[in-house]
Amino acid sequence: MNPLLTVEDLHVRFPTRTGVVEAVRGVSFTLGRERLGIVGESGSGKSQTGRAIMGLTPTHAEISAKRMEFDGIDLLRAPPAQRRALRGNRIAMILQDPKYSLNPVMTIGRQIVETLRTHEKVSQAEARKRALAMLEAVQIRDAARVYDLYPHEVSGGMGQRAMIAMMLVAGPELLIADEPTSALDVTVQLEVLGILDRLVRERGMGLIFISHDLRLVSSFCDRVIVMYAGKIVEELAASELSRAEHPYTQGLLDCMPRIGADRHPLPVLERKPEWAL
Amino acid sequence: MTTALAIDRLRVTFDDFTALKDVSLAVESGESYGLVGESGSGKSTLLRAVAGLAPVSGGTINVNGKRLGRHRDKAFYREVQMVFQDPYGSLHPRQTVDRLLLEPLAIHGFDNSERRIMRALDEVGLGSGFRFRYSHQLSGGQRQRVAIARALILEPSILLLDEPTSALDASVQAEVLNLLEQVRADRKLTFVMVSHDLAVIAHMCDRLMVMQNGEEVEQLTAAELTARRVERDYTRNLLVASEGFRSGA
Repeated sequence: MNPLLTVEDLHVRFPTRTGVVEAVRGVSFTLGRERLGIVGESGSGKSQTGRAIMGLTPTHAEISAKRMEFDGIDLLRAPPAQRRALRGNRIAMILQDPKYSLNPVMTIGRQIVETLRTHEKVSQAEARKRALAMLEAVQIRDAARVYDLYPHEVSGGMGQRAMIAMMLVAGPELLIADEPTSALDVTVQLEVLGILDRLVRERGMGLIFISHDLRLVSSFCDRVIVMYAGKIVEELAASELSRAEHPYTQGLLDCMPRIGADRHPLPVLERKPEWAL
Repeated sequence: MTTALAIDRLRVTFDDFTALKDVSLAVESGESYGLVGESGSGKSTLLRAVAGLAPVSGGTINVNGKRLGRHRDKAFYREVQMVFQDPYGSLHPRQTVDRLLLEPLAIHGFDNSERRIMRALDEVGLGSGFRFRYSHQLSGGQRQRVAIARALILEPSILLLDEPTSALDASVQAEVLNLLEQVRADRKLTFVMVSHDLAVIAHMCDRLMVMQNGEEVEQLTAAELTARRVERDYTRNLLVASEGFRSGA
């Protein structure tokens, strides 16, 4: 089977007054119809990797790669119009905080319909029907009521579900989820992950799940990439996480408090400059 | 041991919504007490009510044996300080770290402010290099350290912590939690800590209260939680949730 997405030697550089900052330095991976987790701390380049695939890197940044292909389309050389057609349609992205990522002056229903009608020629009535069906698919009980609400009128968990609905309504093949549950409570987090899990499984999508929480990612994904300072330090199957070899991966696993583990003080993550080489 | 914070049948109402329904608890001096629950459970409201930031409509709050009235005086804020969740929102964007730390000292008429600021920065592991920076020049973890330094600079005896690490990365969370444990041991502080993460509370606190819909679900010791000796289903569900995602669950 051909991979859905191939990334080879991806670099993202930001020119600044004090010199060039290399956010992503030579990341390579392939993705089939599976769930891939990208884990790292803030500043490890995990979000910039996702944004580069989506085509959301700021214009002043430089992107280069040996290959960056989505289903045979060369993403680096694709004209902007083609990328726009892909974005939201075949590749979709869920962002961290529904408070900031949803349009505050548009009802939730209209935002979902907008996504749908950008990519497909459907009538207003048909679009509304599909938006409502999508809201039900993300387990919003009173879909017709939520359809007419503004983002500030719903809770964080509800907003995040609405965003998932908006991203999935056009039926994407690749979904990039950038910290989709970090702004949510533990219990709501699991509900949202459950919904995501079911939809990804049923629709056979490829999923890139970006997070700083290694344990959460490993319980959700098939495969995990660990990034440090813009590079991949380790790649392993989620089930083999306990056998992680890189000290950075072990550190990420170790630093979380666990119920029943009496460790005072908590082990702190080491960051050695030679890992970044 | 003396009681640092005693709350009796505290009630908070916003217009016709009751956010906190007759919650009672007692925290011993030097103890670390945790409040756990989902959004809207009233855990933050309880903390804010103690700090005088929420409209109390019934019940009493006693701090170090003194009953609090409608208005908090200066002496109260010397004893009780609060650290907020969002390190991006709780520091003044146009003040340097130096200004931020000087303000509480000036308000309370402390002398030796120069030395106190240096010491506060040292204590939270920032060093004098950060003294003249603005908050936008700091990372999330560093900002939370400044917020902790600002709370500690008045030498309070009670620290109210409202989700102090939930906006931080897992790795930075460990550093801030260690720092909080360190200062508590050094200064014999009393902590009241709010979090939605049961593992964080179990790690930091001796006793805890699980809350839901503005009411107490149950009170536990950390040892009971660790041994899974919980009475209520709601707490059990929280325990399961804290173990991570399970497919088909």
